[in-house]
Amino acid sequence: MSAELRRATAAQLRAGFGSGAFTSLEVVDALLGAIAQEDAALGAWLHLRTGEVRGEAQRADDAYAAARASGPDAVRALAPLLGVPIALKDLVNAVGTPTTAGSKILEGYISPYDATITTKLKAAGALILGKTNMDEFAMGSSTEFSAYRRTVNPWDRERVPGGSSGGSASAVAALHAPLSIGSDTGGSIRQPASLTGITGLKPTYGRVSRYGIVAFASSLDQIGPFARSAQDAALMLHAIAGSDPRDATSSALPVDPALLTLPQGDKAASAIKGKRFALPKEYFVAGMEPGVEAAVRAAVAALQSAGAVIDEVSLPTTEHALATYYIVAPAEASANLARYDGIRYGASKHGGGDLLDGYLATRGRGFGPEVRRRIMLGTYALSAGFYDAYYLKAQKVRTLIARDFDRIWTAGYDAIVAPASPSVAWKFGAKMSDPVAMYLADACTIPTNMAGLPGLSTPCGLSEGLPVGLQLIGAPWSETGLLSIAAGYEALTADAPWRAQEPTDLAALGGAA
Amino acid sequence: MSWEAVIGIEIHVQLRTATKMFCPCAIPAEGDAPNTRTCPTCLGLPGALPVPNRTAIEKVLAVGAAIGAKSPATTRWDRKNYFYPDLPKGYQISQLDLPLAEHGSITVATSAGSGSVRIRRAHLEEDTARLRHEKGADGTRASLIDYNRSGVALLEIVTEPDIRDGETARRYAEELRLLLRTIGAADAEMENGQMRVEANISLRPSSDAPFGTRVEVKNMNSFRSVERAIAYEASRQAEVLDAGGTITQETRGWDEGSETTYTMRAKEDSHDYRYFPEPDLPPLDIDPAWLAAIVAGLPELPGTRRARYVSELGLTDYDASVLVAEPRAAALFEAARAAQKELDAKLLANWVSGEFLRAAKEGAADPDPIQFAALVAAVASKEINGTTAKALFAEMIRTPLNIRDAIASRGLGQISDTGALETIIAEVIAANPQAIADWKAGKQQAVSFLVGQAMKASKGRGDAALLGDLIRTALDR
Repeated sequence: MSAELRRATAAQLRAGFGSGAFTSLEVVDALLGAIAQEDAALGAWLHLRTGEVRGEAQRADDAYAAARASGPDAVRALAPLLGVPIALKDLVNAVGTPTTAGSKILEGYISPYDATITTKLKAAGALILGKTNMDEFAMGSSTEFSAYRRTVNPWDRERVPGGSSGGSASAVAALHAPLSIGSDTGGSIRQPASLTGITGLKPTYGRVSRYGIVAFASSLDQIGPFARSAQDAALMLHAIAGSDPRDATSSALPVDPALLTLPQGDKAASAIKGKRFALPKEYFVAGMEPGVEAAVRAAVAALQSAGAVIDEVSLPTTEHALATYYIVAPAEASANLARYDGIRYGASKHGGGDLLDGYLATRGRGFGPEVRRRIMLGTYALSAGFYDAYYLKAQKVRTLIARDFDRIWTAGYDAIVAPASPSVAWKFGAKMSDPVAMYLADACTIPTNMAGLPGLSTPCGLSEGLPVGLQLIGAPWSETGLLSIAAGYEALTADAPWRAQEPTDLAALGGAA
Repeated sequence: MSWEAVIGIEIHVQLRTATKMFCPCAIPAEGDAPNTRTCPTCLGLPGALPVPNRTAIEKVLAVGAAIGAKSPATTRWDRKNYFYPDLPKGYQISQLDLPLAEHGSITVATSAGSGSVRIRRAHLEEDTARLRHEKGADGTRASLIDYNRSGVALLEIVTEPDIRDGETARRYAEELRLLLRTIGAADAEMENGQMRVEANISLRPSSDAPFGTRVEVKNMNSFRSVERAIAYEASRQAEVLDAGGTITQETRGWDEGSETTYTMRAKEDSHDYRYFPEPDLPPLDIDPAWLAAIVAGLPELPGTRRARYVSELGLTDYDASVLVAEPRAAALFEAARAAQKELDAKLLANWVSGEFLRAAKEGAADPDPIQFAALVAAVASKEINGTTAKALFAEMIRTPLNIRDAIASRGLGQISDTGALETIIAEVIAANPQAIADWKAGKQQAVSFLVGQAMKASKGRGDAALLGDLIRTALDR
């Protein structure tokens, strides 16, 4: 029973709670039990709300019991994620929880307020199990830059889960939670989703409020769900999306109610017929692993045989996205991270010498190597005399990247299909001494952020026994469409042998604990 | 040798808004406990975001319109980056190259005549926290930070280097403050830091010579100190230059006690603030209809009003200036005129700038303008005398009072009837033989004494001028 509850999707949990087949408390206990046994080896979690979440599950169960007594309509009227346990990346503020963003500089910091998405998730009935590990301030592609612990990939304990949302991805892949929240500034949801074999969605910039999310790069950051199905990702997106008076960059566009009733099975599969997909040749770059390319091309073939039209297209600015991203993102980060000065909260080394000494000691010791590197990059790019050549130029290139994509939507394509990552999960340490190699891991995802577009990664097979992700990129606000295509692809490949394969090191995690 | 001072003024004014610039916190009031008007945004907590205050933007657009400035079709916000404990985010949200208003001017009257000061730009930004340096009980020094002020909306207004002397600088600052108060943009009380004036001063040998090295002067806490500090600094620089020295570029503070300026900090290597567009805030389109509505909502501006009082109502320049300088006075004057259109403007102006302003300075509330107009009208028609009128005014600023009812029911009407007054005079003369003797001995003051006695006997209602005439006639008999 416990193993089944761990495998259940959020949609299945909601149905089971409603029918009384099992309770939220049973699920929470099953997950907490798994975490207790396996997380020492997995390393996905930074903080657990063990004490509070069981009481919250009990209250959700009480609500279900009361609703069942009133009839099926009352059960249906309950919140869409009532009693469903979830995980938050450790950069999401939730009152009373530590929020470190994976950094020593925020060690001991307890959130005094809820992020807007935290409020929304609570309103949707979700139960926060805890907070998950990440690269410090979301800067990294392997979660190895966490100041706290190593998160492993449940498919291979010797390999990274991707990043920066590695903890959230591994937690969902290892069946520690059906849903989790990640953030995606240059691929930090889609790339780890790809590397851990789950679904991860980065919504359109402005679709989800950023209020209460520890900022990395304000013009690129978006919050999104990790799930084990497109349907579940849609449920979570529905819960967190929407305009927010506290985030001036959030969109006023209403949230699509169709996210709650995403087509499934044959209905979803048959909707692939007639869809038009663009296959950008620039995404199949030199250095891409042959196994990854093979899996992605097989997925494209599956879509084609289901009646989709596939055209090879060119997005010529793709090659400039990475370079411009590494101007814009560090520039914004250099300002966003200036508040970590040891004056008001977090780690502080003030008091010894003068004010400057305090700043240097606090920030010099509080930030890890990758964060320091990016603060220096960004500070340099914004410096007098360099601003026009770097930041301003990068913003112009960014406009060109967006135009490249616009041409695809104008031509009537439903989505772009591409790999989410040029490689499968790599071994720990393989890229730690080479920042540029690490940056290249996000080459397939960064252009989407630069253009503010929605993108998702959905599992599309294995290469050398490790998961490969198919990336779908859409026009602004086309999340429902992308998720529907992902659901269709899931249905088309439901019987594929790789779908039956669970993370290969799942059992070993418990044994190692 | 003679030098020309070149002066530019930079003023920061706290805007009159209910909430802060980028968060919903209330504006702190005098006496608020430290750090009680704060939220995640103005404390710079991780994850907090700014949302612009529409009222603050409208007030700056109104200021721009009032000084004849241009506002851009689209404006945006920029981050000004520097580290300091009073700056919680490590950057200040400000406006760099698209300020809300540019290229305006203000006309300033000085003892030398009237002239125009050009305004380069006016933009919005957020205020910093307040630092307090204290010595703890154990003798150690501590710096305390109060974030109540952090994030309050600030208007920064920068002039061109058009000013040549301290008096003009002072008049400019006074006129700007009046303008801000008139349009309701700010209270601009210099004493409590709502308006902070900084001056950049340099000297040059002649008006066609290039600008000299400039010194920034701060800590001028009153209009008077603006004038004196600039005059002092100009003469200090002249002395240095006359002695063959050179001016050091620096920031100096004005010391109120010694009436001198002192070095606050030598100019460090010019700061690189690494400005860049604020990515948390989208650019702001200034809809022409929105701007037009703001312009249409502007009240009559001080300069226009002064000119109208002189040309249409026949007030002197001085009377017009006194009325307009105090928005409450001008408002009472306007409302009273609206209530009684035929009222003598000069008499009304005298009452407003005399009795009302005197009472207002002592903290009195505004009188009901309709009743105030009725009071002045009763004076104008000689229905009541000055003594009665002042007593009624003193009463009406404390409690609601209907002037017509009070005059009628209390019998306050001035006695101008000769017969009635003569009866009173006969009694007063009979009761004061010594005064008669004095008058016969040539002492003119005896008349004033008798008028006073007669006024007393009339319970203050007698027509004072008429009483004097009648007493002289009676004494002559």
